[in-house]
Amino acid sequence: MSVPLSPVEHIKARSNLLRGSIASSLADSATGALAEQDTHLVKFHGFYQQDNRDLRAERIAQKLEPAYSFMIRVRVPGGSVSPRQWLVMDDLAATYGNRALRITTRQAFQLHGVLKRDLKSTMGNINASLLDTFAACGDVNRNVMCSPLAELSSVHATCYETACAISGHLTPRTGAYHELWINGKRTGAQQAQETEPIYGATYLPRKFKISVAIPPVNDVDVFAQDLGFIAITQHDELLGFNVTAGGGMGMSHGEPETYPRLADVIGFCTAQDAVAVAEGVVKLQRDHGDRGNRKHARLKYTIDDRGLDWFKQELFQRLGFSLEPPRPYAFLRRGDEIGWRRGADGLWYLTLFIPEGRVADTETHQLAACLREIAEAHIGDFRLTPNQNLIIAGIDQLGRTSLEELLARHGVDQLQGVSPMRQQALACVALPNCPLAMAEAERYLPSFSKQMDALLEKHGIEQAPVSVRLSGCPNGCSRPYVAEVALVGRAPGSYNLLIGGSASGDRLARVVLQNEDERGLLAYLEGAFAKFAQSRLPEESFGDFAYRRLIQGETNA
Amino acid sequence: MSLAAQESLTEPVSDAVLTQLRAIASGLARDQVIWSSGYLAALAEHANPLTVGEAPETAPNWTVFYASETGNSRGLAESLHQRSSEFGLTTQLQDISNYSAHRLAKLQRAIFVVATHGLGDPPEGSEAFFEYWFGDNAPRLEKLEYAVLALGDSSYADFCEIGRKLDDRLAQLGANRFAERVDCDLNFKPAAEKWTLEVLRKAENLGQRPGARVTRLHAVEGGSTQAASARFRSPVLTNERITGRGSSKQVRHLELDIEDSVHTYLPGDALGVIAKNPPQLVESLLTELHLDGQSRISLNSNSIALDKALLEHLEITALSRPLLGVLSAEHPDFEKRLAGRDYLRDLLRTHQVIDLVTQYKIDWHPQMLADALRELPPRLYSIASSPDANPGEAHLTVAIVNYERFGRQHWGAASNFIAEGSKSLEVFIEPNNQFRLPSDASVPIIMISAGTGVAPYRAFVEHRREHGHTGKNWLIFGDRNFATDFLYQAEWLDFREKGILNRIDLAFSRDSAEKVYVQHRIREQGAALYDWLERGAHLYLCGDAHAMAGDVHAALVDVLREHGSLSRDRAQARLAELRAAGRYQKDVY
Repeated sequence: MSVPLSPVEHIKARSNLLRGSIASSLADSATGALAEQDTHLVKFHGFYQQDNRDLRAERIAQKLEPAYSFMIRVRVPGGSVSPRQWLVMDDLAATYGNRALRITTRQAFQLHGVLKRDLKSTMGNINASLLDTFAACGDVNRNVMCSPLAELSSVHATCYETACAISGHLTPRTGAYHELWINGKRTGAQQAQETEPIYGATYLPRKFKISVAIPPVNDVDVFAQDLGFIAITQHDELLGFNVTAGGGMGMSHGEPETYPRLADVIGFCTAQDAVAVAEGVVKLQRDHGDRGNRKHARLKYTIDDRGLDWFKQELFQRLGFSLEPPRPYAFLRRGDEIGWRRGADGLWYLTLFIPEGRVADTETHQLAACLREIAEAHIGDFRLTPNQNLIIAGIDQLGRTSLEELLARHGVDQLQGVSPMRQQALACVALPNCPLAMAEAERYLPSFSKQMDALLEKHGIEQAPVSVRLSGCPNGCSRPYVAEVALVGRAPGSYNLLIGGSASGDRLARVVLQNEDERGLLAYLEGAFAKFAQSRLPEESFGDFAYRRLIQGETNA
Repeated sequence: MSLAAQESLTEPVSDAVLTQLRAIASGLARDQVIWSSGYLAALAEHANPLTVGEAPETAPNWTVFYASETGNSRGLAESLHQRSSEFGLTTQLQDISNYSAHRLAKLQRAIFVVATHGLGDPPEGSEAFFEYWFGDNAPRLEKLEYAVLALGDSSYADFCEIGRKLDDRLAQLGANRFAERVDCDLNFKPAAEKWTLEVLRKAENLGQRPGARVTRLHAVEGGSTQAASARFRSPVLTNERITGRGSSKQVRHLELDIEDSVHTYLPGDALGVIAKNPPQLVESLLTELHLDGQSRISLNSNSIALDKALLEHLEITALSRPLLGVLSAEHPDFEKRLAGRDYLRDLLRTHQVIDLVTQYKIDWHPQMLADALRELPPRLYSIASSPDANPGEAHLTVAIVNYERFGRQHWGAASNFIAEGSKSLEVFIEPNNQFRLPSDASVPIIMISAGTGVAPYRAFVEHRREHGHTGKNWLIFGDRNFATDFLYQAEWLDFREKGILNRIDLAFSRDSAEKVYVQHRIREQGAALYDWLERGAHLYLCGDAHAMAGDVHAALVDVLREHGSLSRDRAQARLAELRAAGRYQKDVY
């Protein structure tokens, strides 16, 4: 191919397996930033350089550089952490981050506002807790998601193991991470012997996302992922997985050659073959993905450019076997069921609503303090959910009593009585930290959802579990294109409105308003909710109704 | 170049002058010769209208000694030296820091202009001289005629301590004080002028050795130009806070328009700002003392309203001697406490006028208050810009002093005046020939500073960039917090990116558990620093005398000891040599 490589490809190629000049960038005390090339490389190590955009203009006038800090993403396969690890993360957020620990839409942790001079200590503590940040970002496979209620049945347990196995297998092999953050000095000769058997020296053309879904719950949004595994069960036993490929959310405004895409179901594999299938798809994308244009470099474009048949054929050839035809399955919902559930093991599982995934104390509820006490008492294990909520897992009857007392004492129980819409509403980080954000998202969600609640209540549909997602830009970290109602930022205070995604996440939402302000957005939604309340079919979700009446109806008119 | 070759080029100099130069040079050590050549070069460079009389036929018999920290003592000594010929005297200038102490015993005529460091210490480099003469083994000085002018700042404890001690000690050793000592405060000009004339007259009466014929010349104005005529109004173009949000201090960057003025400046010069006191403070003072602001008082023989005097002419923030005297006269308990050296030192650092007058109440009359306060001195700020990089402008870096103590708001006089954002300021340019870039553009420089002490370095680096100087530039800077207090960070990074700033080392004291200051960085980077010095680097130090100067000096001594394998004494001496050679310049306040 004669298309020139994108600049990031050159940086990767010259990086000596992700080292670049990171070490000297860290040692330069005159700036809170890294050298430009290193800002790309550190993503592979799990963090992004950001700056407080609220302060940009002010700091230019002050003759100071931007207020740089780092977002550190901690990889947590399947979202499972021990109470001890929870405490470490909580400590780090308080010591080095801007206090609030964040649960991400991919079941990972994020620390925000970590300064360059604190990176080494922060990373050291994370690694010492046996969590890591390696490949949490960057052009590699990222945190592998898995429905988090792993102990509810033997099927969940096997799925979690599969997620962990894939995560481990696809972790880069370079010694750079260990060398930089765990103080493992390596000689040039040792470095020269390192190889990346799966990725090669330039890794993938773009990020790569994998999740494992367990019907009937599609909480991991399997169709929004590059690669997905849908558990196929019979009599509570795992038979294997339907494999999905080519999903992805990112697009750019005004560039029609970029678009969100749902994954295709390409076949069925056994649980034993899941790791091999993952490796095969990753290597295929490594060799055929677009390395010239990063906006066109996800697996979805590789598949669309060459056709699904080519993709399957190429994959099967690499695997040395063909996938079986897909098996039947059915997804019913995506949201978390907030509250107590009893598992197959007889133990209790509590799903807690965490507003915007932010573990913070406020005047009315001391969420961070409460969770810290729960972790210290080791009442149960912790699971991060793909809806940015939290599960306390494996609690006995006595534990349940003391946990309920703790929730009440810290006002956290009061927090749980939110509407089903609010429970699963997602927002990406956006302003002021995300460099890509065009509009508010996380900071806007509380007020936006309050107004949504009022509208739903007004029309008597407050119990409808409408999935609402806010994204500050079209890249779609909060997976807006598979929501029932989504706002995608265009400019401060201005959004595109999308509606009509399915409740189970297998249909894309459509744009119905462009560049609209809050008043316009709410006016449109009020009209839609009124119609929905009046003429919905029995059990019909808002997404299905909106698609049938407002999207199809309009286009058919 | 050999000495002979040098002499063949001496056309403008008469044989008599040359003979004199030879005579002087033959009595000098090598480093003294080097220093002298630099001194003369500086005189030539700045076209100082130094006037010498006809060459005396004999060696001078008066030695005018100076021990200078900021250059004021040196300036006064120079002025006295220049005017001595009017009085038929031949004088020789002598920097005490460059003088073998014991040689004083051979002299018969000495005039001293001696500064006291803020903390009651002798100016740097002159310690050995005072140790020798204050020590028990000092020889008798019965043949010596002498006079002392002492400089200091009465808002510090041990005001003029070194000058006073020297004056007492010389008398004790049998020397004859031919003129009374005068102690000068910050506004030293009038008192120093009076003393200078007095000393010159008395010296004249003491007689000159016969044979010296001197032409009387017109008096030449001294080096410093605080004359009212030199003041001008300068429009303020920019006045912006440059410490970031959340900073523990407020530092402002000012850009002043000096286009219309005939005044120009060099990097290293300071700008004097004629400030007014905070009106709220004048108000509280009048209320607390039950005085009427409209009362007329006499100030420098002019009648003026008390409130106007307090606002514009009298120092009402920092404490000074006369006030302490008035208060202690009526409060014996206070007088007793004042006798304790530490108490006084602490008091001067922590209290302002209003704190004391409310604590030690007396019956004030308007005139009595005016007499107890010293004149409000102009505030000097090192200029932060190069005139060539910013034609028609002068930039300042001003720390705003504003804090609460004893349940009361406290202000720094000038900084709050500046912070209020006047459209123009009354200013004057205060040259500082003691703080200059090397004349050789290829000489490397090391710039050490804390806080707003970084200001002149911005001027230096801008200047060197503007003129394409090739000498390397190294900045060592310290402040409290990296995120908010790294003054001019974006510019330093830009200079570094462009290869104009070659090294930068930083110390932020409040970013980590263990406090890190510039002296720590100096020790850490000792090897490189020593190497730069060996390559001829000039060393600069600018900033707070209290907070930094002593520690930095100690660190530099350590660096010379460790990396130059010198004894402590040799290291001290080496620094003194660098000082004398103009390779180590300080602007501390």
